[in-house]
Amino acid sequence: MIIPHPLLGPRDAQEFVYLGDARLIDRPDGLAEDAADAFHDYAYLRDNPAGEHQELWYHEQGDRSWLVVTRDTVTHRILRAELASDVARAQGRSR
Amino acid sequence: MPDHALLPLTALGARTPRVDSVGGLTITEVPDVALASLACRRGCDAALAATAEALLGVALPPVAGWAGTGPYGVFWTGPGQWMVEAPYATHEDLPDRLKAVVDDAGSVTEQSDAWVRFDVEGEHALALFERLCALDLGRMPAATVQRTAIDHLGCFVQCREAGRRYGAYGPRSAAASLHHALLTAARSVSRDRKVFP
Amino acid sequence: MSQTNRLAGGGLIDRSRVLTFTFDGRTYQGHPGDTLASALLANGVRLMGRSFKYHRPRGPLSAGSEEPNALVELRDGARREPNTRATTAELFDGLTARSQNRWPSLRFDALAVNDRLSTFLTAGFYYKTFMWPRSFWEKVYEPAIRKAAGLGRLSMQDDPDVYDKGFLHCDLLVIGAGPAGLAAALTAGRAGARVILADEDFRLGGRLNAETLTLDDAPAADWVAAILAELASLPTVRVMPRTTVVGAFDHGVYGAVERVADHLPVPEPGMPRQILWRIYSRRALLCAGATERPIAFADNDRPGILQAGALRAYANRWGAAVARRVAVFTNSDDGHRTARDLHAHGLEIAAVIDVRSDAPRSPDYEVLAGAQVVGTAGRLGLTGITVRTADGGTRKVSCGALGVSGGWNPAVHLTCHQGARPRWDAAIAAFVPGPDLPPGLAVAGAAAGTFSTAGALREGAAGALAALADLGVAATAPALPRAEDAPAGITAFWHVASDAGRAWLDQQNDVTVKDVKLAHQEGFRAVEHLKRYTTLGMATDQGKTSNMGALAIMAELTGKPIPEVGTTMFRPPYTPVALGTLAGRSRGDDFRPRRLTPTHAWAAEQGAVFVEVGTWMRAQYFPRPGETHWRQTVDREVLAVRSAVGVCDVTTLGKIDVQGTDAASFLDRIYCNGMAKLAVGRVRYGLMLREDGMAKDDGTAARLAEDHFVVTTTTANAVAVFRHMEFCRQCLWPDLDVQVISTTDAWAQIAVAGPRARDLLRRVVDPTTDLSNDAFPFMACAAVTVCGGLRARLFRISFSGELAYELAVPARYGDALVRALMAAGADLGVTPYGTEALGVLRIEKGHAAGNEINGQTTARMLGLGRMVSSKKDSIGAVLSRREALDGPVPLRLVGLRPVNPADPVVAGAHLLARGAPTTAASDEGWVTSAAFSPHVGSAIGLGFLAGGEGRIGEIVRAVDPLGGTDVAVEVVVPHFVDPDGEKLRA
Repeated sequence: MIIPHPLLGPRDAQEFVYLGDARLIDRPDGLAEDAADAFHDYAYLRDNPAGEHQELWYHEQGDRSWLVVTRDTVTHRILRAELASDVARAQGRSR
Repeated sequence: MPDHALLPLTALGARTPRVDSVGGLTITEVPDVALASLACRRGCDAALAATAEALLGVALPPVAGWAGTGPYGVFWTGPGQWMVEAPYATHEDLPDRLKAVVDDAGSVTEQSDAWVRFDVEGEHALALFERLCALDLGRMPAATVQRTAIDHLGCFVQCREAGRRYGAYGPRSAAASLHHALLTAARSVSRDRKVFP
Repeated sequence: MSQTNRLAGGGLIDRSRVLTFTFDGRTYQGHPGDTLASALLANGVRLMGRSFKYHRPRGPLSAGSEEPNALVELRDGARREPNTRATTAELFDGLTARSQNRWPSLRFDALAVNDRLSTFLTAGFYYKTFMWPRSFWEKVYEPAIRKAAGLGRLSMQDDPDVYDKGFLHCDLLVIGAGPAGLAAALTAGRAGARVILADEDFRLGGRLNAETLTLDDAPAADWVAAILAELASLPTVRVMPRTTVVGAFDHGVYGAVERVADHLPVPEPGMPRQILWRIYSRRALLCAGATERPIAFADNDRPGILQAGALRAYANRWGAAVARRVAVFTNSDDGHRTARDLHAHGLEIAAVIDVRSDAPRSPDYEVLAGAQVVGTAGRLGLTGITVRTADGGTRKVSCGALGVSGGWNPAVHLTCHQGARPRWDAAIAAFVPGPDLPPGLAVAGAAAGTFSTAGALREGAAGALAALADLGVAATAPALPRAEDAPAGITAFWHVASDAGRAWLDQQNDVTVKDVKLAHQEGFRAVEHLKRYTTLGMATDQGKTSNMGALAIMAELTGKPIPEVGTTMFRPPYTPVALGTLAGRSRGDDFRPRRLTPTHAWAAEQGAVFVEVGTWMRAQYFPRPGETHWRQTVDREVLAVRSAVGVCDVTTLGKIDVQGTDAASFLDRIYCNGMAKLAVGRVRYGLMLREDGMAKDDGTAARLAEDHFVVTTTTANAVAVFRHMEFCRQCLWPDLDVQVISTTDAWAQIAVAGPRARDLLRRVVDPTTDLSNDAFPFMACAAVTVCGGLRARLFRISFSGELAYELAVPARYGDALVRALMAAGADLGVTPYGTEALGVLRIEKGHAAGNEINGQTTARMLGLGRMVSSKKDSIGAVLSRREALDGPVPLRLVGLRPVNPADPVVAGAHLLARGAPTTAASDEGWVTSAAFSPHVGSAIGLGFLAGGEGRIGEIVRAVDPLGGTDVAVEVVVPHFVDPDGEKLRA
């Protein structure tokens, strides 16, 4: 597989480490009232779509960027790859 | 420079650097290199660019770029991160010099002994790297650097002269394995017929 | 007389040179350009092997990589390679080959008795015959079957050759160098695109080499030579003969095997035998041609019965006749081409049997239109055939070879490697590439079902133009030579209907038409079921010549059209790949890289025994003269640390430099315990959790400045922790001002431990640093200088429980530092210790390590529950608070000491209450770590015990049913030395 790295262009997937569902970016607030329930969902519940899936890949043998890769799990077609930090910020994560 | 009594070893464990010549390819261990990583502090991009350039004499290079003048070289290693090179003999204190100028605009970490550098030179250089890594070296211009895996090791490959001269930085602890991989590939391709553009 | 069946002239072989080779011990001669099969045929040898199941005598069916029959053991000794296709093995001087799957000889094979028993050995016989008694399977049936079946023998020796892997990039990968591929490579190469032209053959030209075609009125070979010369002159074209593209993978990645040295007696020194290439292509064009398929009829497997196209290939390319008198059986015009060519070579055409009633006639030989071959004769090679003529009569025709043509199957394999299915094209009665090709791949020529030479040239050039247009590269089509442009002219015909004899489909796995009928009868009608029930297409040739026929017969039987029956999945590799090729250089010592510590050479000088710790090589212990057992050595090392001072290289622990104005806040979120308030110049133990609340890793964080920490990880988790930090930094809190970089290799770090540690360090650390307990207390850290000015870092941390430090210098000085420490501490009794002693020391102290922090344990189990701060959010904190996380009765880390000091404690033993039955239901925990403690004077252990903290003093059993031990152990607090920590604070 080839990951279209947003900065470095096409790179062999062998350079990357796969983590899984990009929803892991959406970490709940550990001090909130409902933290126990929210973390249960966060840690254990995953969608497993046949089709478009957003997933986290880490360019370990490269620039050490975490990427959000949008991949069709049926065809392996890769629709998009973005820096995870950009995606996280766009989702309102900051500090 | 410090006046201590300790004698250094090269990454391959000797007092002098190793040089191998195989079928027109020369592989040279280069211990005389001081390294310091430079990472931009949040919101300090402009300050870092200005202060670093004041010391290095060149602007911090863009993605996959290398720049250098005088004793200094600097290459991009990741978003907001660079590696600065200088001769070890004269710049063993490279991190201090760098930190002194960039101050709070950047994080500086000594990396001199985190890496081993091998320079590969010769007309079969492309063929050698073809056996070792997935980089498209045929399309890699001079003054660029890419990180990739060679023999499972995370390495920086620097193009010094397209098609002829390259540098490979690998983890120092695995220097012997990396050297072995380079040498083996050199022996392999020294029998090759054609070097691909 | 040699080469009795070599034709007088012609062929792309070098008749001026003679190569000598042996087959089954007999010496023969051939020429450069021959394959083993062509050379044997030229020498009159048709019989080359015995079949897999029935041990039927077999000769080559084909002249290429689709060969099911002519498999031999090539070469001798360690280089002996079984199941090598004689049809692709390039002849070299001194080649030795042996037939396989026969005993005692190829001509007389004892197991040919299987052929007589064939009634009992039909499809599914394994499942039916060897059901009972069950115990017989392993002891009787399987060994017997294994002995009888199978093909060649492995050498059972290490492969003396080496194999490389490599990576190539191109704009256009052209797979196959026949007319289509050559036209494509030329078009793209002239445009300056980066082109790779790969072909499995050692001679490029594809089918042009096997035909007598003319291009622009000149022999095709002239055109091929001219194109190859031009391609060689183009700087962006890489021509790769002997290179099989074996798989099409995602996103334009192709796998290819280049046989670099298979045509040499042995590879030259340093030369790899083969290279496994990973080709990154922007576009690819499949020009792999087509494979001729046989027709099934009774006893169609005798040596001498070949694909018609193979017969003419042997004659045209290799100047070899399979026999002097030849017949052809065909359902298309292509069979007639064979007859014409062989006739032109001066061979006698016994007859052309064409199933079509409107078959073309010939002035030179007899054509039997509307006829079929219904039987053959000849025990070890064809002597004649029986023909049923159009009028219903039968006729015997004597011949030594029969060319069979049932039409051609486009080589669609690579188009299907990503799950696509081919499309049925009734006009040529064959499957052609379907519409949903792998992205970036197009098909041209015979592989696309275009069987004429002119069509192949046209499509090859057009395919390259289309690919380049996609890439935005301007190109023009080259002037193409005039070539034959005949239509295919075929009537679908799969098998001769007959009840007599066996009609072979898959000759390699011995599957007949009858087996397909049986599968149908027994309900195995879906193609994937048919395949597995009959083993059709499951041999090393993957049914390249047989699958189509079987599908067509199943279609007849089920009354479905062929496209509805469909095909089985095509999977990589296209042709078999040696395991050594897949392994590449990753064998033996080169399996993976090794990491050496900065003191490796010094440790080796001391006689250290090394142990692999992940990829690191670490000194395990340092035996001294007179020590006869490793325990003796380790006990001495442990006692030296407890009584004097020891040094140990701990460079392998992960070191991560963490900087930034938010560094403290960042670490506060990564570790479950508080880090934000750690004072500059101090170190703190830290525990990291996974988000599910389980312990992830532990280590220390040293604060060198307000905005600068150095974090240590365990050796095993250094990479994973760094990755985790980057995840947290980039994905969770992208606006924190924190930067991380690994410095594991940069610093040589030496532990100096023992009551005399400070005395030793005072002799090495420059006096500018005050090492007194007040000035540099337990958990202090500082940048210092050593040995007269070398920059260093000093951390007062202890893994052993002793007064201890870790001293770090730039890695290049690690060797010098350890020598300086040893020299300076000689009178203090300084002793090097290895990982074994390190383990004993930490078990004695009760420090958790990898055995305890193994991904299944929680902070509370480790006795560190109170570290999880409730005042802040940190990774894993929330889920770590779940009550039931430690089990129904919470497991707790305890120490274990045998009641009888002579008893062993075994890691992995289970803890059971005294008197409880030895059952899983009584299990109350387990021993995680165990060692002999010279300090305690007995074995000791650490373990997790249900309700352990309340059971101190209780006697339980440590049971190891595997080792057969059952030992009474006392539950103790997990600190066998200095439980109050006075020593490490001294």
